[in-house]
Amino acid sequence: MVTDAVVTDADLALESILDRYGRWPTHLLQMLIAAQELDGWLPPARITRLATALGLPRARVEGVAGFYSFLYLRPVGRYRVLFSDNIIERMQGSQALMAALAARLWVEPGKVSEDGLVSVDTTSCIGMGDQGPAALVNGQPLTRLTRERVEAIGDLIRCGVPVADWPEEFFRVDDGVCRRDGLLGLAMAPGAALTAALARGREGWLAELEASRLRGRGGAGFTTAVKWLACRDAPDPHKVVVCNADEGEPGTFKDRVLLASRADLVFEGMTLAAWATGAREGFLYLRGEYRYLLPHLEAVLAGRRAAGLLGADIAGQAGFDFDIEIHLGAGAYVCGEESALLESLEGKRGTPRIRPPFPVTHGYLGRPTVVNNVETLAKTCLVALQGGAAFARTGTAQSTGTKLLSISGDCPRPGVYEFPFGVTLRQVLEACGAERTQAVQVGGASGVTLAPYEFDRRIAFEDVPTAGAFMIFDDQRDMFEVARNFVHFFAHESCGFCTPCRVGTALLKGYMDKLADGHGAYRDLAEIEWLDRLLKNASHCGLGSSAPNPVIDTLVKFRPAYERRLGRADFEPAFDLDGALARARQMTGRDDAGAHLSNAPEAQP
Amino acid sequence: MSASHGRPKKGSLPPGGTAHSAKGAQTSATFLLDGQPVPFDEGQTILEAARAAGHYIPHLCWHPDFPPHGSCKLCIVKVAGRHVSSCAMPAKDGWEVESNTPEMNGERRALLQMLFVEGNHFCPSCEKSGNCQLQALAYDLEMTTPRFNHFFPDRPVDATHPDVLLDFNRCIFCELCVRASRDQDGKGVFALTNRGIHKHLVVNAESGCLGDTDFSKDDAAAHICPVGVILEKRVGFAVPIGQRKYDARPIRVVAMEEDKP
Repeated sequence: MVTDAVVTDADLALESILDRYGRWPTHLLQMLIAAQELDGWLPPARITRLATALGLPRARVEGVAGFYSFLYLRPVGRYRVLFSDNIIERMQGSQALMAALAARLWVEPGKVSEDGLVSVDTTSCIGMGDQGPAALVNGQPLTRLTRERVEAIGDLIRCGVPVADWPEEFFRVDDGVCRRDGLLGLAMAPGAALTAALARGREGWLAELEASRLRGRGGAGFTTAVKWLACRDAPDPHKVVVCNADEGEPGTFKDRVLLASRADLVFEGMTLAAWATGAREGFLYLRGEYRYLLPHLEAVLAGRRAAGLLGADIAGQAGFDFDIEIHLGAGAYVCGEESALLESLEGKRGTPRIRPPFPVTHGYLGRPTVVNNVETLAKTCLVALQGGAAFARTGTAQSTGTKLLSISGDCPRPGVYEFPFGVTLRQVLEACGAERTQAVQVGGASGVTLAPYEFDRRIAFEDVPTAGAFMIFDDQRDMFEVARNFVHFFAHESCGFCTPCRVGTALLKGYMDKLADGHGAYRDLAEIEWLDRLLKNASHCGLGSSAPNPVIDTLVKFRPAYERRLGRADFEPAFDLDGALARARQMTGRDDAGAHLSNAPEAQP
Repeated sequence: MSASHGRPKKGSLPPGGTAHSAKGAQTSATFLLDGQPVPFDEGQTILEAARAAGHYIPHLCWHPDFPPHGSCKLCIVKVAGRHVSSCAMPAKDGWEVESNTPEMNGERRALLQMLFVEGNHFCPSCEKSGNCQLQALAYDLEMTTPRFNHFFPDRPVDATHPDVLLDFNRCIFCELCVRASRDQDGKGVFALTNRGIHKHLVVNAESGCLGDTDFSKDDAAAHICPVGVILEKRVGFAVPIGQRKYDARPIRVVAMEEDKP
C-alpha cells in the first residue's frame, strides 16, 4: 500500500535515524524515540516503514511502541504537559495546578485540544520531589510550579512560543545536596580510581571490592563483588556492564544528582566493573524522564574518550577495551527491574524475564551481564581510592559505607542526604527538620510505611533496606490517600505480563477507589487483604509482589484511615446505582435532587 | 520449535539407571509432589517432571511444544514456602512441592476469576464452550462465582479474514498464538501491545485487520488458542455442546491423555 508513496522529508529523516542506529533491532526503542521527534507521535505508516526497514514484523514494532508511556501511537498536542503525579506532588498542590492549566487552555486533562495545540495529563513521579510540583513539557522538566508560573506557561503555550524560548528559570533543577559524606564530599580527578584499580591488577582490585563488602544500592542489596565474580566466571567471554539509571521509584531522585554532577564517578565505576569482569561493552539505561541530562552525559563520555579513559587500551593498559553507550527509556517503571531493563535494552517490551537463568550468566543478548545501580557504581570509585577495608569502616556490619537518601514531603529542607548506614529514622527526620511526622515511606511506593513507634529503626539492609526514597508525611496527611496513590501508580505501571499483577493491581485500585468514594464495607477490607496476599505470592516479578506493600502496611498501622471510610454494612455493592445515572443527568442537563436515586419519589404501585 | 528441555516420556517410576541425558551422572533425583515421589532429569521443570510421572498440574499458557512462558500463573506451586511457576522452575532433588492443596487451588481459583472478569466471557453462547481450557479449569477448580467486579472491556471483534474470526473478548494473553505464528509458522502475525490491564493483541497489518495479514486457517497459530479467540468461520457448533472435549471428563484427565505417546 505504501510502495508508490512519495518520499517525504520525514521518510528521509527516518532513513538517517535508521543509519544512525546501524539498523540493529536491538536499537528499536531508540529509533522509535528518535522517530517520534519528527511529528511528536508515531503515525501508522512510520511504524510500517520502520518495521520494513528492520525486517521485523510490524506487529512487533507496534507492540514495543505501545508498551512505553512516552511513545504515542495517536496524535498528541504540539505541547505535551505531563504533571508528575506522585503523592508528594499531590501534597504540593499538583492537581489544582493541572486543573488550572487545563482550564486556562480549554483542554480536558488526558485529551488533546481540538486545535491539536496542547495536551495536559499526569505521569508517574519524574524524580523532582524535592523541588515540585513538577511537570514535563515535551520531555523537559518544569520545577517549582506555582499558580503564577502555570498561568505564564498557559500563555506561552497559547502564543505558540517554542519551549526552547521559555524562561530558563522554569527549567532550573537544583542538586539540592543537604548532607555530604564520603561520596558526595569526594572530589576525584577523572581516572584516579581507575589508576588505583589498575595498579592493583584485576585480582587485587576484586579483592578490595570483596573486602569492602559493598552491596547494591538499588534496594535488593546483593553483594557487588559476588555479582562481578559470577559474571567474570561465566563461560561466555562477551561480558557486558549495565548501569541501571532507570530511577523510577516514586520519591527517589538521588541518581539524578549523581548523573547531573558526578557522572564521571558513575562512568568510572562502570569502567572499574569492566576491568574486573573483562567486559568490552557498557550501557547506561537512562529513564526517559531524565532525558534532559543526555547532552551532559554524552559530553562527559566524550571527555573520557578524549582522555583515554574509554575506548581502546584504557589508561594505557594494553588490551583493556571498553566503551559505554547510553540508551533511553521511555516511561516504564518496570524497566528498573533488571531483566526487564535488559529486554528494553534489546529493543523489546520491558517484560521481566523468567529467572533462572540470571543476568550474570545470561543477560543482554544472552551474554554474562552485570547490572548495577548508579549509586553502587559511583561507590566503587571510593573503594578503589580508599581500599576495601577503609570503605567498610563506615556503616554497619552488614551494610558498609553510606547511603544517599532522597528526602521529600513534609519537611522544611527536602533534598539529597548522604548518611552512613545505620542512621535511625529519627536522626534523618531531625536533619531535615521534619516535625509532627505521622509516617515515613522508606524505599518508595514498593517500600515500607513506618509509623512513629518505629522511628528508632535504622536504615540498613539488616533493618530497613531502601533504594533511597524517604517520603515524609505529617499528622495532617491522610495515609489512606497515600496508599491509594501508590496503588494507582502500580496499576498504571504493571507490564501486564502475569495474571495476578495485571488484573490484581487493577482490582486493588478498584477497591481503594470504592472506599474513597464512600462505598466501602468491611467485606472490602477482607478482599483487599486477600488480594494483597495473592499479589505477593503469585506475581512474576518484584513489581507485582511489592505493589500491595503500602496497603498492607497502612492497613496495619493506620487502620482508622480505612475504617472511617466504611459504611455500616458488612457488604456494599461496588456498582453505584446513582452513579450510573450520571450519564443520563449529563444528557438531560439535570442535576436537581429529583435526578438522584436516593431522592427520587417512591415508585407508584 | 521444540521445548528447550527434553520431555522424557516415562510411564511410571523408573528403575534406577534408566537412560538419561548426555550429562548422565544423576540417576535417582526425585522431589515430592504432594507427598508422592517424582523422578526427574537435570534441567527438567517441576511441571514437566510431574506430567511425565502422571501428575497433572493446572496450566493455561504452558504448552509442550514451547519453552515455558510463566504468565498465566495457574501452574503455581509452593516450594519451601515460596510460590513459583512450576512450568518454569527447574526441579531440585529433595524438594517438597505442594500443588493439589486447598491453598494452591484457592489461589488458582482467584487467578481464574481474574481472567474471567478482565475479559468478556459468555460461555453459554461461545463456540468454544466445552473445548475451552479456561472454562474447563474453572469447572475443575470449582469456580462458582466471578467474585470480583467485571471490567467489561470494549474489545471489538475482527471478522475481516475470509476464514477466521478473532474475538478478542476472550483473550487471556497466554501468547500461544504469538509464539506459534512466530516460531512455528515463521510469520509473526500476532503481537501484544500496550501494557497492564490495557494490554491487548494486535495483528501484523497497518490497518489492524487480520484480513490484511498473511494469516491462514492452516497455520499452527490458527489452532492453538486455549480459549475462544481464534475461530474458524463456517464450522461453528459442528460438535454439539455436551459432547465436546471437556464435557464428559475434567481437564485434569483429558490433558494427561493428550500428551501421552
